[in-house]
Amino acid sequence: MNENLFTSFITPMMLGLPLVTLIILFPSLLFPSSNRLINNRLISLQQWALQLMSKQMMSIHNTKGQTWTLMLMSLILFIGSTNLLGLLPHSFTPTTQLSMNLGMAIPLWAGAVITGFRNKTKASLAHFLPQGTPTPLIPMLVIIETISLFIQPMTLAVRLTANITAGHLLIHLIGGATLALTSISPTTALITFIILILLTILEFAVAMIQAYVFTLLVSLYLHDNT
Amino acid sequence: LASLMNLMEKKLLEVKLGELPSWILMRDFTPSGIAGAFQRGYYRYYNKYVNVKKGSIAGLSMVLAAYVFLNYCRSYKELKHERLRKYH
Repeated sequence: MNENLFTSFITPMMLGLPLVTLIILFPSLLFPSSNRLINNRLISLQQWALQLMSKQMMSIHNTKGQTWTLMLMSLILFIGSTNLLGLLPHSFTPTTQLSMNLGMAIPLWAGAVITGFRNKTKASLAHFLPQGTPTPLIPMLVIIETISLFIQPMTLAVRLTANITAGHLLIHLIGGATLALTSISPTTALITFIILILLTILEFAVAMIQAYVFTLLVSLYLHDNT
Repeated sequence: LASLMNLMEKKLLEVKLGELPSWILMRDFTPSGIAGAFQRGYYRYYNKYVNVKKGSIAGLSMVLAAYVFLNYCRSYKELKHERLRKYH
């Protein structure tokens, strides 16, 4: 059973061909683009959602920060759609792979921090020392703030990986438990099934929330640095 | 030949069975030809089910159902062992 539990997380290859590339590119099929003013329902819904998200997320930034809108909006769309597609049966979720999340988190975080260092050097360095600290504590606090800065991309990546992977594992386990219990005690199986339904609803929420949190944090790091 | 020109313009369902090998060999298998085929297929589906005035959920769900099915085919090898059989 242990081997079965983790086979859904291995990178999909077919005859040595990287199928995972196709799976990562698949959500782009679900977001058509259009040049018209009035579109079909799918595109209109997506445009409404995109406007809502961009207004809510980019209004706190100044002009320089708002140049990142395209990047952040495509990020939240990508993570949200990939997580939601992962809830379909038998599908592979690229965001369960730490490698991919690190590949998303590190460049974005580094871009925000380096922008801050280049354009507002004094203000970025000032972030390392909170206001009003007693003088003897300063060296230790600078070290702590540096560590907390450098750990930010790690937390971004690991948070997303761990949340999605844990959710998928729970669904696998509780689904397996429900199946195994039907022959032993149908009442317990029913309770377990209800737990499974609640868990699936939670997973839908988690899928979208994780995308939001990822993008929000990147935007916060940006706000600090522009 | 006139028969070759006729063969080029026919779609798959209009080709007679005897002409099928020559029809297949005549198709454009260059990368741009294959890309063109995928593009035509995509737009055929899109314009029929999604890009309409009152598109319904069916346009999206058929794509998702095909995605689920393809993933099932991909992972059949591992799923084979989880069937309820006495001898695997």
